[in-house]
Amino acid sequence: MPKPAGTVILDKKGIQRALTRIAHDILEKNQYSKNLALVGIRSRGAFLAERIAKILGETEKTEIPVGFIDITLYRDDIQTRLEQPVIQKSELMFDVVDKVIVLVDDVLFTGRTIRAALDEIIDFGRPRAIQLAVLIDRGNRELPIQPDYVGKAVATTLKEEVVVKLTESDSQDLVTLMKLSKPTKYALKK
Amino acid sequence: MPLRSKHLLGLEGMGKEEINLILDTADTFREILERPIKKVPTLRAVTVVNLFYESSTRTRISFELAEKRLSADSVNFSTDASSVKKGETLKDTVRNIAAMKIDMVVIRHRSAGTPHFLTQLLEASIINAGDGAHEHPTQALLDMYTLRKKYGKLKDLRIAIVGDIRHSRVARSNIWGMQNMGAKVAICGPTTLLPWEVEKMGVEVYHNLDEALSGADVVMALRIQLERQQSSYFPTLREYSQLFGITRDRLKLLNKDFTIMHPGPMNRGVEIADDVADGPYSVILDQVTNGVAVRMAVLYLLSGGEGKFEESG
Repeated sequence: MPKPAGTVILDKKGIQRALTRIAHDILEKNQYSKNLALVGIRSRGAFLAERIAKILGETEKTEIPVGFIDITLYRDDIQTRLEQPVIQKSELMFDVVDKVIVLVDDVLFTGRTIRAALDEIIDFGRPRAIQLAVLIDRGNRELPIQPDYVGKAVATTLKEEVVVKLTESDSQDLVTLMKLSKPTKYALKK
Repeated sequence: MPLRSKHLLGLEGMGKEEINLILDTADTFREILERPIKKVPTLRAVTVVNLFYESSTRTRISFELAEKRLSADSVNFSTDASSVKKGETLKDTVRNIAAMKIDMVVIRHRSAGTPHFLTQLLEASIINAGDGAHEHPTQALLDMYTLRKKYGKLKDLRIAIVGDIRHSRVARSNIWGMQNMGAKVAICGPTTLLPWEVEKMGVEVYHNLDEALSGADVVMALRIQLERQQSSYFPTLREYSQLFGITRDRLKLLNKDFTIMHPGPMNRGVEIADDVADGPYSVILDQVTNGVAVRMAVLYLLSGGEGKFEESG
């Protein structure tokens, strides 16, 4: 395999270990809760939620419901974008009322995505609690939001970008830190 | 791929990709309509004016609901309760409304080309909600959405549009749109109610209803538009309904798994029989539900602002 560009933060094994640890932390923190559910933010958070659910299923021998949300319609920058992003469906097939929901995303950065996701979930009903699990916390928050479970915390500047690749969409499992020529705030998000 | 224009004036010349983008987006919004809270905050900063110079129930309520479901501010305007009664021209009315800072205009007008005229006057995005006998793009989009949802695709579907094609903007938009999507469209009606040289639009033309229905998958019955008929185009309504009315007997000419559509409002017993309109194969009410989702998709896709992309993290 060619040497990846940028600095490797987590490789395949590292991602696997981080997710296993997050799964166990979720169980430990919610051991008295029968109403656990995972909600992944599309697109990569959705894949991570499925992986965590699989680990939880294997350890606990019970199936944890998994839902997916697309937060596009709740974004706060929708009026300032040149063109509208293509939206995917939100699929919350279970009733969120009184559930303890663990929201899952790949990278926690400004916190704006999570704000949007919280608003969207609450529009589906009133959960007992919402917790947050992220694979990478890269700092630089613009809103008062903090994660409950972190795979790896990395100090970054705005001139860097965290690139998460997962086999489900990118043919390999790898997290790298890339240098950018201009601040990442104005970089194009795929 | 975004839409090419910031206006939706018609489906003539709109490509397959653009139509599919609207229909795919509508599918997402269709799901929102099933949620406990049927509203998303997406267009909070957008003001839409619904300018209806012609009467409308479905289209107007549908647009208004679509705007509200997306959290846009909407203002309604209808001619009978406005200064149009005092003789104000369209141009002046529109300029005054624009001076109140609006972002989008949904317009219905009896004259073809009115939405196109507004694009020259206003900065706002213009959505055609029916201009004379020209186009009614959102109706055709919701018809296509309804059919795509049922059959999975529009390609190679055989669609018969029956009735008053001449005065029908729904027919024109559907002919252009459905043909762009690869469907085979046939039209049928008395010679007096078909436009001149309509075969140049690429449709099969029938004057005998049984021939038009043989082997069709979809029948769209159009309303006899009594308000647009200044002279008489056929002898009596009774004769029309006998020759061109969609009755239960005629349904057996259709392919298996057929669909009956009508853009509404219906003249029951004239262009469509009661038991056909209310039958299990009729999607007339689905068309109405889907209309809200399709209009939400159009409003969303046309509302892109100017500025930089921002990563949300």
